[in-house]
This record gives sequence, structure tokens and C-alpha cells, in this order.
Amino acid sequence: MNSRKELLQVRELETTFFTDDGAIPAVDHISFSLKEGEILGIVGESGCGKSVTSLSIMGLVPSPPGKITSGEILLDGKDLTKLSQKEMRKIRGQEIAMIFQEPMTSLNPLFTIGNQLTEAILIHHKSWSKKKASARAVEMMKLVGLPRAEELLKEYPHQLSGGMRQRVMIAMALVCDPKILIADEPTTALDVTIQAQILQLMKDLNVRLNTAVMLITHDLGVVAETCERVIVMYNGQIVEEGPVELIFKNPEHPYTKGLIHSVPDMRFKKQRLFSISGNVPKPGTVKQGCRFAARCEYAFDRCQQENPNLYQTAEQHKTRCFLKEGKEASLDDRTAIESK
Amino acid sequence: MLHYIGRRLLQLIPVLLGMTFIVFLIIRAIPGDPAQVILGQQATKEAVAALRASLGLDNPWYIQYFHYLGDLLTGDLGESMRTKVPVASELWPYLGATLELSLCAIILAVIIGVNAGIISAWFQNSWFDYAAMIIALIGVSMPIFWLGLMEQWIFGIQLDMLPTSGRDDARNPVNPITYLYIIDTIIQGRFDQLVVVIQHLILPAIALATIPMAIIARMTRSSMLEVMRSDYVRTARAKGQKMFWVVYKHALKNAIIPVLTVIGLQMGMLLGGAILTETIFSWPGIGRYIYDAIGFRDYPVIQSGILVVAFMFIMINLLVDILYSIIDPRIKYN
Ligand SMILES: Nc1ncnc2c1ncn2[C@@H]1O[C@H](COP(=O)(O)OP(=O)(O)O)[C@@H](O)[C@H]1O
Ligand SMILES: [Mg+2]
Repeated sequence: MNSRKELLQVRELETTFFTDDGAIPAVDHISFSLKEGEILGIVGESGCGKSVTSLSIMGLVPSPPGKITSGEILLDGKDLTKLSQKEMRKIRGQEIAMIFQEPMTSLNPLFTIGNQLTEAILIHHKSWSKKKASARAVEMMKLVGLPRAEELLKEYPHQLSGGMRQRVMIAMALVCDPKILIADEPTTALDVTIQAQILQLMKDLNVRLNTAVMLITHDLGVVAETCERVIVMYNGQIVEEGPVELIFKNPEHPYTKGLIHSVPDMRFKKQRLFSISGNVPKPGTVKQGCRFAARCEYAFDRCQQENPNLYQTAEQHKTRCFLKEGKEASLDDRTAIESK
Repeated sequence: MLHYIGRRLLQLIPVLLGMTFIVFLIIRAIPGDPAQVILGQQATKEAVAALRASLGLDNPWYIQYFHYLGDLLTGDLGESMRTKVPVASELWPYLGATLELSLCAIILAVIIGVNAGIISAWFQNSWFDYAAMIIALIGVSMPIFWLGLMEQWIFGIQLDMLPTSGRDDARNPVNPITYLYIIDTIIQGRFDQLVVVIQHLILPAIALATIPMAIIARMTRSSMLEVMRSDYVRTARAKGQKMFWVVYKHALKNAIIPVLTVIGLQMGMLLGGAILTETIFSWPGIGRYIYDAIGFRDYPVIQSGILVVAFMFIMINLLVDILYSIIDPRIKYN
């Protein structure tokens, strides 16, 4: 896995919203990379900055008020944050495509499926005829498992179910063979069976087309089923990163542990869902100490004073927690934790 | 769709019937007797009574009303008490004048208003946005007669650039066919006259377009601002689409739907409510035709004139509804 090329490298990315309430650092110096052909999960509760991260990569942060305030996003060595609008448009759809949470509202209700699919093709293949584009659209619709593809071309989004619309969105995203697909909560709005189908489809397409997928979700269950590697975000920062297996077997950050706890276990239908107490603080409101300290059952004095770094705890495992500062953690702290 | 249109037209009948009744009663409530007005103050009582009898005014009002309805059902709009000319033929030139002016005004208002609204929303909080919205605010609160008079003073008198009254050059009048002079001059290949006709249209059309333009601009802007935040606009951008097409294809088609209602209403207002502008610019339109008829208590002209305007108002609304269903596939009229 390590030998695979890094397609996309995000370095110290900071995205800030300049609002009336002041500057909100929704994404606060995050660094990660996406490797060729992999499925990378990005997980965290709502408001942790997952969507803003993906919109930053797409160059679609609502502006004003949002702006990438520092860092770089490297695609094949090109820094996307430095590109002009025109250059960025060539990246969108062609190199990096994106699908969104709400399949009900993500398609334009007033244009046919065919119109919207061929549009996505013709934007990047200006010399193609309409007929050729339609043929490609049909091919793609079949690939994502849509029945009656030819007829669907003439239909409008409201005539399709949520699951079908999300398939259309996926077809539309992949129609120009992008290297990267960013899927922002693609199954959150769908019911469970459809959700499983869409995730399976994304896995299949990932294998067949070798498209790297950045799968954003608030549900670690989705990550467990789909991803190879996962990044856990909290309050605009990465708090843990590693291979999915490792993270589930040996979660290091208290936040990750909490998230794993709150994944519903289908074996016990009646169990009450665990949820981490408290809420994600608004970005920028925790001025001092670890951002998770207020909700953390392991928090000790130091957590209130300083924000820990992201410590490399194993070859592929990183955690932002003083408990993992390795040998640097003082003996006192350790006993304090162990006595809990 | 045809089914729907048919049903809508059927529904028109009771509406128009009710309207004829109300208008009929209201104009008879205006003090003054048509026979007296026609014959003048010096007329003898006998002469007035004779004229009243010949006009059918001596019948009870409900008999008069049923006569009027009976005529309407056979397509007869009655004849003017004053000129003895059938209203249908007398009305058409005036209607043509009003239609031409209000169509030009609404087209002007839509083209400029919609685009100003789009650009204001696209570049929200830019100098263009602020300027356009300040102008629009001034526009909606502008007294039209004052605007008309200022136009005449500046472009007519001071700059001597444009004519300030009438529809054509009295020394070289347009030979009317449809009474829409732009069309008439084009059919007849009289492009010299076409230029003159357009020159005559400019000032009144601007005066008439100002308020609708301002309303349409504000409406378009707020509708666009909402649509620009929608998910499908973000999807269109994520495809790599140019901002121009994102705005003019994806956003506009959605945003224009509520604006269409406003356009339809404004068009209706222009048809009926252009009397002020028509008076200032001596425009021989239907507003002035009906207004003059009121002065003469010319009942058939008033009744049928208002009926025709109301009919067109309703037809425009029907047209707007049909446009909705063409634009939005989710609307099904069944
Ligand atoms: N348009 C915006 N204006 C101001 N703040 C925003 C905007 N969009 C996002 N934010 C801020 O960024 C934070 C992260 O949002 P987001 O990335 O959407 O979270 P999620 O992880 O649920 O996708 C939010 O809590 C909010 O404070
Ligand atoms: Mg989100």
C-alpha cells in the first residue's frame, strides 16, 4: 500500500470564514494525502470541517465569506490553491469530481438527466458531438447500475428515487474519468439498504476504474465497510489517522474511541446508542488546550493548557493526544489516567 | 396541456360574467346622464327623453344588463352612444396603440430588470449591486408623470432628440393594418416610418418601463440569491462549468419562475394602468379611450373597454401559468 503514488497532498491547509462574528478557522492546518486508487475515509461529527476540507480541494469554498488562508493542495505537483479560476475549472470534473449528500437537491430539477450528464461530458470534451456524449452518458449510467439508461436520459430528477439520483450523481462525477472522487456524505440521506448498495457501487467502481475515493462521513460504520485508511477530524483538525483495521482494533484518540462506541451494533437491536456527551465546539472557540478536552473522559491538566501535536505512534498511525506522546508523557499523568 | 388550457378558458366565463355585472353597476352609479351629456345643457327635456328611449336607457337596469349580455354572447361589444360606431371597430386602434407601447415597455423592463437582478446577485455586494439596487429603489418610488415630464423636457425640449407626443409623424402617417405600427411599417416595407415609430415609442416606453423594471430587478436578485446557494448550482460548478453558464443556465431557469408571476402582473398593470403615461405623451391608447368615454358617460365603450382589458389581463395570467409548466416539469396541470 505504501508503494502507491500519492495523488493528492494537502499540506497545512487552513480555510477560514470571515464572518460578522470574526474569523472562523473551519479547517485548521490539516495535512494528509490521498494515494492512487485508495478509498480514504474522513470521519467526524457534523461541524468538524469535513465538507469545508473537500470544498477547499475543489476550490468551491463559498467566497465570501470563506477563503483558503494558508497551505497548499498538490495534485501531480501542481498547487491547486494557486490556480486561476479557469485552470481550476479544468481540474473540476476532469481530475477531481465530487458528489454531495443530498441526491434530492443536487441535480437541477429543471433539466433532464441526459442534459445534465452530457453537459458534464461536453464541458471537458468540447469537440465531442451530442450523440457521442449521449452514448458515453448511457455507458456510464449502465456502469453505475441504472436500468433503462436510454429512457432515463429524457427523464427529470423528480421522476427518480433517491438511490437512483445518487447513482446518476456518481455517473455524472465519473463520466470524465477523474483520478479522484470526493464523496461528501453520499449515503447519509438514503435509507439503509440503498446506502449499502451505493457504498458497494463505490467500492466496485474504485476497483474497476481505479479512481481514488475520498469518502466523507460522520458514520464510522460506513468507513469500516468501505475504506482502507481513515482520517478522524475534530473541530477543524486531524486527531487520528491510520489504516481502518488498526483504528478499529486499536483506537488511540479518545474521540475515535467514542465514535467507535457509537456505531450501532446490529447484533443488539434494542441497545441504546452510545453518544459522546457534549457538542463539537464552534471552530475557533477553543483558544487554549486540546479541542476535545471538554468532552474527554481522560483529560488532565495539561490538556487544558496546550493542544497536543499529531504524534506518529506507529508507522502508519498518528494521534493527536498527550497520552500518545509516548515516553514523553510524565509518570504522574500515566498514573492519573490509569486510575480512571 | 390543451385540456388544461380549455378548462382554464371555461373557468374564465364566470369570472368575466361577474366582472361585466360589477362594471355595469359601477358605471351607472356615476352621476350624470349620457343623453344629457350628448345633447348638452340646453337640450329640452323631451329631446333628452327621446334620446334616452332610443339608447334603451329608459328600460330598468336589469333589462339593460340582459340586453348587453345578449349582445356580448353574439360577440357584439355594443356601439358607442356618442359616435354610433361599433365599439369593437372603434376600440381596436386604441388597443393596438396600448399593446404596442406596453409590450415594448415590458420587454425593456424584462431585459434590463432581469439582467440587472442576475448580475447584482452574481456579484452580490459589489458596486454594481449597490448601484443597481439604489436605482431600483428610486425606480419603484418614482412618480411616473414626473419622470415622463422630465424625459420630455430633457430629450424633447432641451436636446431636441426625440418626439414627445403621438405615435407617428402627422405629416407622414402610418397606414394601419394591425395598429401595431412596428409590425405595420415592417409589413409595408416602410423602414423610414419604422424609425419614426420607434423614436415615438422610446420616451413613453421608458417612462412606463421604469417601475416594472425596478420591481423585476429586485425580484430577480432575491430569487437568484436564493437559487445560487442551492445544491444543484454547486453541482454545476463541481462539473467545471463556467460561471456564466452556471448562472444563466442552471440558476436563472430556476430563479425566473417566481419572477414570471411578477412580470405577468406588471404587464397587466401596464395594459390597464397606463392612462397617466398615455396622457402625458398624447398616446392614443385604450386607457385614454376609456377615460374619455367616462367623461361622456358612454356606457357601452366603458363596459366593453374594461371587459377587453380584463380579458387580456386574464389571458396574460394564463400565459404565465402555461410558461410555468413549460419551464418546470414538476408542474402537472391535470
Ligand atoms: N458558509 C459558511 N459560513 C460560515 N461558516 C461556515 C460556513 N460553512 C462552514 N462553516 C463553518 O465551518 C465549520 C465546519 O463545517 P463543515 O465542513 O460543513 O462541517 P462537516 O464536518 O459537518 O462537513 C462549521 O461548523 C461552520 O462553523
Ligand atoms: Mg458536511
